[in-house]
Amino acid sequence: MKSITLAHGNGGEENGRLIEELFYRHFQNKILHQAEDAAVIGKGALAFTTDSFTVTPLFFKGGDIGKLSICGTCNDLAMMGAKPKYLTCAVIIEEGFEISALEKIVLSMKYELEKNGAIIVSGDTKVVPKGSVDKLFINTTGIGEIRYKGISANALSLDDVIIVSGSIGRHGASIFLEREGMEFSTALESDCRSLWPVVEKLIEADIDIKAMRDATRGGVAAVLNEWARQSDICIEVEEEKVPISREVKGVCELLGFEAFSLANEGTFILAVSAQDAPKALELLRSIEASSMAEIIGEVTTGYPQKVLLKTPYGTSRFLELPSGELLPRIC
Amino acid sequence: MRSLALKELYEGFRDPKTIRALVKRIGIEAEKLGHDIHIMEVCGGHTHSIVKYGLHQLMPQNIHFIHGPGCPVCVLPKERIDHAYTLAMQRDVILVTLGDMIKVPGSKGSLQDARAKGADVRYLYSPLDTLRIAKENPDKKVIFFAIGFETTTPMTAALIHHVIDQKVENILFYINHITVPEPMQLLLDAKRSKIDAFIGPSHVSVISGTNIYEVFPREYHTPVVVAGFEPVDILEGVLMILKQCNEKRCEVEIEYTRSVTPEGNLVAQKLIDTFFEKRKYFRWRGIGDIAQSALQLREEFAYLDAEKIYGALLPDKEIDDHKQCLCGDILMGAAKPVECTLFGNACTPSSPLGSCMVSSEGACAAYYRYGNVR
Repeated sequence: MKSITLAHGNGGEENGRLIEELFYRHFQNKILHQAEDAAVIGKGALAFTTDSFTVTPLFFKGGDIGKLSICGTCNDLAMMGAKPKYLTCAVIIEEGFEISALEKIVLSMKYELEKNGAIIVSGDTKVVPKGSVDKLFINTTGIGEIRYKGISANALSLDDVIIVSGSIGRHGASIFLEREGMEFSTALESDCRSLWPVVEKLIEADIDIKAMRDATRGGVAAVLNEWARQSDICIEVEEEKVPISREVKGVCELLGFEAFSLANEGTFILAVSAQDAPKALELLRSIEASSMAEIIGEVTTGYPQKVLLKTPYGTSRFLELPSGELLPRIC
Repeated sequence: MRSLALKELYEGFRDPKTIRALVKRIGIEAEKLGHDIHIMEVCGGHTHSIVKYGLHQLMPQNIHFIHGPGCPVCVLPKERIDHAYTLAMQRDVILVTLGDMIKVPGSKGSLQDARAKGADVRYLYSPLDTLRIAKENPDKKVIFFAIGFETTTPMTAALIHHVIDQKVENILFYINHITVPEPMQLLLDAKRSKIDAFIGPSHVSVISGTNIYEVFPREYHTPVVVAGFEPVDILEGVLMILKQCNEKRCEVEIEYTRSVTPEGNLVAQKLIDTFFEKRKYFRWRGIGDIAQSALQLREEFAYLDAEKIYGALLPDKEIDDHKQCLCGDILMGAAKPVECTLFGNACTPSSPLGSCMVSSEGACAAYYRYGNVR
């Protein structure tokens, strides 16, 4: 008898298969099958998305579950070129949870909503007996107003340029260390932040945006692989151009992880036409949230539906979709 | 003492300029050699580095890497994974192990599956964390599922030392520690694959020293160069092997001088010897029984030995792999992962048929993960 394992929630291969073979199969419709960060509805005027949040610890370096629950949903809207407008918020709380901690979480939600210019317009509260959930789960659902049309994981074409907005893997690495109680002297913290302010500037500057995605679970590897598959193209990445902080590199070295597969919560990947790439890069670097932006690669016809990582000494390898649960290696 | 930043341990060893320079020198020596040479990297860590950094793409046509059996997860036979599964499913047992073991499939499923069915399976960063788990759960038996080559054995030995010293009464051990030289010898004796030289394992040699490899130049006329895991280390190791051949030398050499000595870590060796003795035989998955190739707890520590205490539940009957699984040939260096018809189709990291596909040191996992661009 098959049952759900943690690997089914990894944002990679198993997760994708569960969604395809179970949810898509039974819920099938044209909008769902676009498989975008947010669904486009209302004759292309609105973006609509939902996300549930569970994180241990609830308060982490660089944010908390409240901030995460607003960033997550608002970023999914922003990645479709939509201005986040209205959100709902549902919380499932474990009996015994401290009200003062809950208020702290609600206040950081409020603060993050202000950054997006969005409001919570409806909500739901459930309290369950001790042990039924792990402290607190939050679901947020959001509607955004599309300000830039045509952004899609299916829209990449030859010669498009791939840009990353900042150094990668910080959320995944930082949460892993905190969750497992590993004490390193490190400045590492989650990159959790709202992306709409950055996206708004890209749209105002009239950049020719092809695709955009925040590299959450499954990391940069998952985003690039999904794009390569959905657009039937090859993405070639110059490995040494990809910004990775010293701290994240260190964690990866110690535990055998790959920064490309670690989650981000405020770092996104952008595909733009080659002619607009310099302008987009300059603009991103002028904004504090994306000052570390880099052009990391381009779309080619080399290996269709594959992502190729190239080293500065002339070798290359494929960057595969992450699979399995994130587990540290033996030695 | 000055604090050491982690990057100092690898940065120079991935330097593109140095890599290019070494490749050039390897080219010159390879041309001088004038014939093909098959170099087996024994350790799975080397296999991963070679494929991850694409070093095989940089080799002249007459240099061939043969991937060896040095992946402790890959060579553990299915019945022993089943044992761990059975132990994990016992009432009031917490099974703890190192991360890599969680996904490996036995005939009943993996430990991940056992966990989904309610078993308490946890992974550790350090075996010493077992002490904390045991103290937090005094009403449970905590079984440490110990695996690995000489590299991880001292950590298990240190844990045993603490268990005895602190009189912790609820920790047991399921021991699967194996040793490197015996399978290397078996590979040369079996002649299933052509091996002209070995790149010796890095971390195993830190513990055991390099004297254990002296038998290879002496009796098999096969040189061994112990190299580190970084690209520059491996390339320098290849260069040292080629130079030995061109200068008509055949010996054990150390490239990984920043960590390895001929004698090894004597304190660790003594600790291992206190608690462990050689098993007569140990079954290696895909290879078969190899004499003196594994360790077991000495008789006086039988009271800590889960294999003895739960013996009645742990049948020793051999469980075969999938008929088409080529893991055996791959571990013997007689086949490459891509030659297996299951590779990437029926066998992937998310639904593996053989453990070479799941372990972070498995050859199949390396080829799958890094795609083997040629």
